[in-house]
This record gives sequence, C-alpha cells and structure tokens, in this order.
Amino acid sequence: MSSKIFSDSSLIGVVGVGSFGTVIANMLAEKNQVLVYARNAEVVAEINENHTAQGKSMHESIVATQDPQQLCESCQTIFFMVPSSAFQDVARKFSPFLQPFHLVIHGTKGLCLDLPEGQSLDEVKNLDRSRILTMSEVLQKETVAVRVGCLAGPNIAKELSKSQPAATVIASKFNEVILEGQRLLRSEKFQVYGNSDIIGVELSGVLKNIIAIAAGALAGLGLGENAKGLLISRGMVEMVHLSRALGGSVKSAFGLAGVGDLVTTCNSVNSRNYTVGYRLAKGEKLPQILDEMEEVAEGINTVKIIKGFLEAADLRAPITENLYRVLFEDLEIEEALQFLMKYPFNVDVDFV
Amino acid sequence: MEEKYIKHKYDPILPSKDEWPVVKLARERKEFVKKVSENAQGRILKLTSNNMEILKEELETTRYREKLRIKQNPWVVDPDDEGAFWGKVKESLLHASSETSLSKKQREAIYKEILESITSRYSEEIASNFKHQHYKFIRSVVTFGFARLLNAARVKGFRSIFSNQYTLQDKIQITGETDQLRDLATKGTIVMVPTHFSNLDSILIGWIISVLGLPPFIYGAGLNLFNISIFAYFMNALGAYKVDRRKKNLVYLETLKTYSKEAIQFGCHSLFFPGGTRSRSGMIESKLKLGLLSTAIEAQRKNYQEGITGISGKIFVVPVTINYHFVLEAPSLIRDHLSITGQERYYKENDEFSTSYKISKFLVKFFTKGSDISVSVGKAMDVLGNYVNEKGESLDQHGRVIDTSHYFRSGGRVTVDSQREEEYTHMLGRKIVEEFHRINRVFSSHLVAFTAFELIKAKNSKLDLFDLIRLPEEEIFIEYEEFKDACQRVYDQILILREQGLIKIAPHMKRSLEEIITHGLDNVGMYHAKRPLIRNKKGQIVTEDMSLLYFYHNRLHGYELENLF
Repeated sequence: MSSKIFSDSSLIGVVGVGSFGTVIANMLAEKNQVLVYARNAEVVAEINENHTAQGKSMHESIVATQDPQQLCESCQTIFFMVPSSAFQDVARKFSPFLQPFHLVIHGTKGLCLDLPEGQSLDEVKNLDRSRILTMSEVLQKETVAVRVGCLAGPNIAKELSKSQPAATVIASKFNEVILEGQRLLRSEKFQVYGNSDIIGVELSGVLKNIIAIAAGALAGLGLGENAKGLLISRGMVEMVHLSRALGGSVKSAFGLAGVGDLVTTCNSVNSRNYTVGYRLAKGEKLPQILDEMEEVAEGINTVKIIKGFLEAADLRAPITENLYRVLFEDLEIEEALQFLMKYPFNVDVDFV
Repeated sequence: MEEKYIKHKYDPILPSKDEWPVVKLARERKEFVKKVSENAQGRILKLTSNNMEILKEELETTRYREKLRIKQNPWVVDPDDEGAFWGKVKESLLHASSETSLSKKQREAIYKEILESITSRYSEEIASNFKHQHYKFIRSVVTFGFARLLNAARVKGFRSIFSNQYTLQDKIQITGETDQLRDLATKGTIVMVPTHFSNLDSILIGWIISVLGLPPFIYGAGLNLFNISIFAYFMNALGAYKVDRRKKNLVYLETLKTYSKEAIQFGCHSLFFPGGTRSRSGMIESKLKLGLLSTAIEAQRKNYQEGITGISGKIFVVPVTINYHFVLEAPSLIRDHLSITGQERYYKENDEFSTSYKISKFLVKFFTKGSDISVSVGKAMDVLGNYVNEKGESLDQHGRVIDTSHYFRSGGRVTVDSQREEEYTHMLGRKIVEEFHRINRVFSSHLVAFTAFELIKAKNSKLDLFDLIRLPEEEIFIEYEEFKDACQRVYDQILILREQGLIKIAPHMKRSLEEIITHGLDNVGMYHAKRPLIRNKKGQIVTEDMSLLYFYHNRLHGYELENLF
C-alpha cells in the first residue's frame, strides 16, 4: 500500500474533462502541475499529444491518464468534475485507491439516488431524504475520503476560459479544504469564497437549475423582463424552502452559489438548462432536445428527483411541480404559466 | 432454542495486576497529575493566544463562577478549603492588576502562577484514586453478595443461601463482540462508550469489565455520585475520575480534557458515557457530548505525532448498550425531559439514588424479584468510526485495510488542525449513535410500551405530545385484540430490521406473540408505584402513568416504527 510522502509541490488531480473540468484544469495549471483523468483512451491521447480535450485547448503542462490508481497515488488534492449521472460510477472506480489523506473537491451541480438494488426512481414510493444524495454525500458513501468540498457559483465555462473576472465558492466542513481550494484557484481574475455549509451550497447549485429551465421557457415564449424578475424572485423562495427541507441553511441560498448563480443562469443563453427551457417553449419535444445536446442538462434529472421528494415529504413547490408536468406529462408551457399566475402566492417573503 | 448468553467467566487478559495500566497510573499518580496540570496550562495559554489580557479575563470569570457555585450549589463532597483557595486567587488577581510598580513580565508571571495553582488543584481533584485492594474487595462483594441474594430468592428453602444454582450472569446477560474486545484490549487502548439510562450503569459496567477478564477501566463519573458514600467507595475502587458538571469554566474543562487525553495516551482503557448524562427521555442518545470524545481523537493523533504508528498506540472505540425492562429513575428522568422540552428552562435535579438506604433497597428488590438486564457490546471501531479487523487494522466501507494515521496527514505529515479534529469528533459521534441503534436489544417490554403509546397517539392524532401525556389515564384503554394486532405489526417490522442488521432482539422475543406480550406487560417498568402498562379485569390494556409509558416507548425511537401507525 502506498504511504507515499506528498510534498506541497505534488500534482493536482482533475477527474473528468467536460467543458467545466477543462476550464478548471487550465486554471489549476497556471500555478501547479496538473494530472487529468479521462475514461476514454482517445481523449487521453488527444490531451497528451495535441493539448486539446474534445477540441478545447488545454494548458501544455497538463498530462492525462486513464488510470485512477496513478492519479490517486500522485495527487493529494483531486477535483471531481463529472456529471451527476456518471458520478457514482466514477466514485466507485476511484474508491479502491482513495485514501483518508486525500482532499476531494467536486464541481457537479446535480443529485444522485441511493435506491435499493434493481429499483428505479419510478418504482420507489417513498423517496425520503436518506435516498437522495448530494455529490459530497456520494463521495462519503462510496469512498473513504472525508475531507471533501464542493465548488459552486456563477461559473460559465466559456467566460472563464476567456479569463473574464468571476468568483466561486468552495464549501466544506473542513477549513483546510477551503484554504487548499483558495490557494490553488485564486488569481487576479478569480475570487474564491469559503462556506462551511456544504450541503446548502450544493443544494443551491442543484436547485437553481430548475429555475434556469423555467427562465429559458419564459424567454422562449417571448416574455419580458418583468416576467423574469417575477420568476427569479419566486424561484428564490422555492429554492430556500427546498434547500431547507433537504438540510441546507437559508444563508447559503443568498450567497454566490445561490442567488449569484441563479441570476447568471437565468440570463445565460449559454446555459444548457436555460437552452432546454427555451427550446421547449419553441415547441420542441424533450427527447429530441436531449438527443441533440452534447452534455447533460442537470436540471432535468433534478426536477424528477425533487418531484419524488416533494410527494414523499408532502411539500409543495409550484414551479418544480409544473415544470415536471411540462417535461414529462406533456403539459403545455402556456398552461403551466397560467397555473402559476393563478397560484395563491400571497406572502412575498416568509422565510427570513 | 434460546440463544446462549455468555455465562462462563473469562480469564483475566493480564493476570498480574502490576501490568494493569490503572495500577501503573496509580503508582505514578503524582507525576501524572503534574503532567496533566502542565499540559492543561499549555492548552489554555494556546487557547488564549498567549494574550495576558484574555487570560486575565478567563481567570476572573473562573473565579467569579466558582464563588457563585460555592455559594449557590454546595455539595457534601466539596473540600472545606474551597472558599479560602478562591479568596487567595482573588487577592492575587487584584494584586496583579492594581499594583502599578509591576512590570509587564512580572504581571504575566503572576497570571501564569495563578493559572498553575488552579489547574493543579483541578487535576488533583479530577484524578482517580484507584486502590487495588479496594477493587478486589468490591469485585468480590458485588459478585458474591448479589449471587447470594439471587439464590435466596430463586431457590426455595433455607439452604438456598448457599446454593450456586444461579449466578449474576443469569441476571445480567452479556452479548456481542466480547472476544474482539478482550483481544483488542491486549493490543491497543480501549475507549468504551455505553448508553446511559440509570445511575446503576456505572457499577454494572465496572462489574462487566471484570467478568470479561479486562483490567479495570478508568472513567469519568459525575461528582454528584461521590456525594453518596456507598457510591463514592465503589467509584474510587473502580478507578473513576471525577467530573464536576457544575464547573463549566474554560480552565476546568480544559484540565478535564487533558486528563482524559493523557490517560488514554498512557494506555489506560477508558470509559465515558457519551450522552453526558442519563438519557432523560428514555431514547437512545442521538446527540452526544463531544468534549470527552474529542480527547480520544486527540490522543490518537498525538500518538501518531510521536511516531507510535503500531497497534500498541491505536485507540479502539467500543459502543455498548445497556437494556433494561425497568429504570428506577424513570419517573424523574421523564419529568425532567418533559419540563425541558416544554420550554420550562429551570428544573431541579432530583435523584432517587439520593441515599445509600434507597439504593440498597432497590438492589435487594432488583436481585430478588428479577428483572433482566442485557448488555450488548458492539464492534470495535477506530477513532473515525471505521470497523477494525482481528489484527486491529481499520477497514473502509468496502473492507479494504486503511491506515488511520492518514486521516491526520496533510502534505505527507501528521498535522495538528483542531477544526479538522472537531469535525472528526462529529463524525465519530454519528457512527457511535448508528452502532447504538444496531446493537440495541429489543425487550418484550419495549415492544408493548411502544405499541401501546403509538396506538394511543394515533387515536388522539389532534393532540400534541404534552396534551397527550396530560390525558386522564382512566379514559385510556385499548382492546386486547387490537393491541395484539398492532404488536404483531411492530414485531414483524422489528424482525425485518433485524434481518438487515439494524437492531437486535433478546432471546425471550423468540417466543409466541401471546407470550411476548404477557412477558412484556409483566416486566415493563415493573417496580414503579404506578405501572406504565397493565391489563385490567376486562382484559383491556390500560396505563396508570402516561409519561412513564412514553419513557419506555422511547427506547424504540429512531427506527421509523411509528410509520406503522
């Protein structure tokens, strides 16, 4: 077994080279030696030979590997940047090699389900909180890594890759994880905040995707800024309530990863979730939209999971529920909007 | 076909008492106390960031609170010179702050001197007074005396007093991972963490440790127990150190933690009740007091820091649950619980065990009338809550061997990070609570109390807990058939949980349901003046005391069994 001595100048690991993973790897490579992991042999070769990942340019010093063991043995700090649908599998693949000394920071804004063997979401009647896992919970369930953190905030990959100014939140129960994240990522163009409420920050990042789909839909319907303001504000209320029901603190919803990310995504034509909503409103069907997208829109899965949770917990969240009906039960968007306009939201703010 | 409890007596793992860590510690008591005092000073100076102003404030707060305590809440066990001591501290503090001719250095020296005098006083007070002769005596008294009583009651006739048909182990059943515990105790250091429902627990656990052939453990016992001479004698003999819950000042708490940490590092097997006090509600502890628990983690890190990476420096945490049909203090515990949760901030501690007479009476009752107790020993874990294998190596959730020292490393070195260790303490606490639930043994009495209370609650679904408990008892009854059906539902669910390894059941729970119910009704809170649950002449199930019923019902809280109603 490895009892390798890590020094401060050890490699930094990045798992997954999607658009966000690539950007983060590039940012890390400004100050450190970076080793990235990709599942696909061709992608590994592409990075090592051409310094590009699926066409996106990569810092020349970045080396790629297909071997989880090599990555775990050479890196003390590892960034997991894989979509939620693959997260559990990747965590399992890394589990035999991760050790308690590893610091793991993930940047995935999605949820996973922990279901009994052989069951799917549709079969589970009682989807309580214990069956819903945030990514940090997946890491802790599948691996021995305990010093975990998450990276969330308004971080559109395209803008980051152009080195436009931005900021992010590193959330972890462990100060050392936050400090390490700040040490590695902070630059003149990139500010890094810390937050100890990791569940709240993860949930903010996850839940805002629902509202982003709705924002895209409003834009697709050709509605204006008043409607968007209405949506963002009501969406915020819904996020706060849901986040609280799932174990997050209200405070984090008001931070960079909450309202910050929400405003950005609801205004961003580059956001995948926004695009799904936009195209739905233009009359396209969900399966077709998903087929044509290169990367996953996390919000779709999130809506499904949250809908299950709402039923089990006997809670109401009108935007999520109506969006579910639009996505999966063929409700027309106009009808859903009508329904929301009539919904008795009497109180403006009732959670502070 | 009832499952066999452990009945034989184990050989001691360390036959010669000179090898016992507690004996070694007792021999070096003086140096040890001095070391604790010095290290505690170091910790406090660090906590006050070596800033004399902050230290001065802490000292003044400590003095003020101690004065207040002496005046408002004096105990028999308090030493006579307390007033004089704190008076002197006051003088010195005054001298240091008012004397203008003192240089900064001199002033610092005075504050440090005061700190030293307080920590050495506290260390001395906390330190245990283990005496092997007393230990031997107590052990034989407990075993012999109780066995005599027991036989007198169960085997009829005059000669019974000399009969050996029943032993204490028929009464108190020990189950679980006892072999692992014995084995690991020879290799590393054990920290045992039992659930806490009754003041009897301390003695019970002490006796069990000796039955298992383990050398005595040291443990923190509430100083209030030392007020009672009989307990004080027992406790001292069993190696208890004293925890005074009245003293909540920084200096005391740090000294106490240092004591615990140093003793673990010394290799003394320790025991603390992680719930802090007895469970008021009757629920298995779910929120643990983390102060003492953190000392196990700190001692482990310190061992790694000093390069003791082998198993001899490893600390094993062993959860234990104690299961009763009857808790003597139940009426006052639940009263406390209800008044605390009912937002009444003030409550007075009320001890049934207030006199030696009452305790003796209870013990006689207990051993002659019969009310079984079972103690289940959980799997040993490392200080992060990972299970360990037979070699004492930690395992991850997939059974891979991992190195516990890696939890304390960063950049390749073992580092000190108190915030990290605080998080680890929380994690360990959660793991202990999970293990408590897994090794909890359901008794018939828990089943009937739970079922009856939930049925009553379901029938009065509009009432909140406090109104429910205030229902007039005469108006509550449950038809037997309905009760039996509900018991069956709960019982079936318990069996499912058991299949999944989430709970354990006592052997008497394998009888027919009728028998289980009868056994349960006979045993639940059997010596209370008002019985929590009985069958009336019409065959209906009735209660004489709702809050007691609630107390015994709570034992099965935390398994989501209430969803069945």
